[in-house]
Amino acid sequence: MKSNLVIEARDVVKTFGEIRAVDGISFEVKAGEIFAFLGPNGAGKSTTISMLTTMLRPTAGKLMLNRHDVTKEQASARKSFGIVFQDPALEEELSAYENMVIHAVLYRVPKKEQLPRIQTLLELVDLWGRKDSMVKTYSGGMRRRLEIARGLLHHPKILFLDEPTLGLDTQTRNLLWDYVQKLRDTEGMTIFFTTHYLDEAEEVADRIAIIDHGKIVATGTTKQLAKQTGTKTLEEAYLELTGRTVRDETSMSNNGLNVRTAARNRRLS
Amino acid sequence: MDFDVIYILWLRQMKRYLRSRSRVLGAIGQPILFLLALGYGLGSVYKRAGQGNYIEFLVPGIIVQTLLFSGVFWGIQILFDKRFGYLKEMLVAPVSRTKVLLGNAIGGATISLFQAVMIFIISAALGFRPHNWALVPVAFIIAVVLSVTLTSFGAGIASMVEDFQGFQGINNFLIFPLFFLSSALYPLTNVPTWLRILSEINPLSYTVDALRYTLINQSHFGLGTDLLVIAAALIASMAFAVNRFNRIQV
Repeated sequence: MKSNLVIEARDVVKTFGEIRAVDGISFEVKAGEIFAFLGPNGAGKSTTISMLTTMLRPTAGKLMLNRHDVTKEQASARKSFGIVFQDPALEEELSAYENMVIHAVLYRVPKKEQLPRIQTLLELVDLWGRKDSMVKTYSGGMRRRLEIARGLLHHPKILFLDEPTLGLDTQTRNLLWDYVQKLRDTEGMTIFFTTHYLDEAEEVADRIAIIDHGKIVATGTTKQLAKQTGTKTLEEAYLELTGRTVRDETSMSNNGLNVRTAARNRRLS
Repeated sequence: MDFDVIYILWLRQMKRYLRSRSRVLGAIGQPILFLLALGYGLGSVYKRAGQGNYIEFLVPGIIVQTLLFSGVFWGIQILFDKRFGYLKEMLVAPVSRTKVLLGNAIGGATISLFQAVMIFIISAALGFRPHNWALVPVAFIIAVVLSVTLTSFGAGIASMVEDFQGFQGINNFLIFPLFFLSSALYPLTNVPTWLRILSEINPLSYTVDALRYTLINQSHFGLGTDLLVIAAALIASMAFAVNRFNRIQV
């Protein structure tokens, strides 16, 4: 096992009943890499992130995070990462500041650094002036910004961002990626993110994996993907690899895991 | 042992609770209704049957009712957190799930206890007097243990069900029978055998009995038996909650 790999997936499978949401995927992410995980709706992105972050158990295969097996050494694996969830996960009855403080304690931010970091991050996402307002009074965009600030609070070794920029304006997106790149440069943080904005992936990701129908269909840099498909941009390469059909999503359970109904899509495509 | 984690999760529960006045009032409304309607409605019949003061008999039962309903309903909080995402934030934190559960359950238990104490004060205002004030702290400790038992139970149940309908079902098929088939509302001395048996296998009856012993000096089972059952219920309930909570997949 190479020592600079912080994420390793080997033949990972996740089934929900008869549906194979993730169908034998393997990939590696090196320390300090910004890795984009792209795919159409229901391709298996969120399921993969849920498994990587110990929220779901894989049906088969092996997942290593910072050299810890996520199914056997959950506690050590959890110490290695931070995550910004796709669905909001804020405590609405508390203020933004209180949300940050709880996170700082739960995620083991050293006591002395808690307040300065909270201030820096809330200023970064332009919420410092509203820090004492209850989150339930926040707009969608403000909530998103707060979640991002919260996800960055404990400077994790690996940061998972599940569609972090959904619903954000260009200014905030730029700010976010600047900050994320800075964290990578100064702290050697590894970033694993999903997005539907391909320009974003093209601009910030060192490497990209494209997943479709639960299988990884291509991995590489933007250039490699374009070359492989004989196209010029990431978007063209992406469409070449995943087709142009619009996908349906079926909610598999009540917890926001969206999985494509395989049979129906196969018929469509 | 990471007391700060338990404390911060407890604090979250407290802040939420104290900021929601309707919750504070709503939660004690039902027990007060029971106390007034049953206490005054059936009091004279009870007395005529030669059983003494019904309100006095009823108060320990109503305190248990308060702890039961608010403790188990508090499980809805976990369900809310599950549905609206905050549970994920807690579950992927690099701290043990048992501590996450403990912080939440102690928060829920504090809220239940607070409500039970309010019911006690209201009962006192209505004329209820403990038989021996020296035993009131013992009654309080019993209430603390029961509140932890019941919030753990509620958290365990909430870990297993996915939606509010499911929780409602459990409520109807488990919580109401637990309450009505305990010794909370009637003495077990003159009831039909089937009802007596059901009440005697209900652990809640023993808590009611222990509170009755400490507050009004009446006992059906004897305090020793009561305490044994109470301790066993606490251990079983916590083991159940830890087991379920550790298996949650979100």
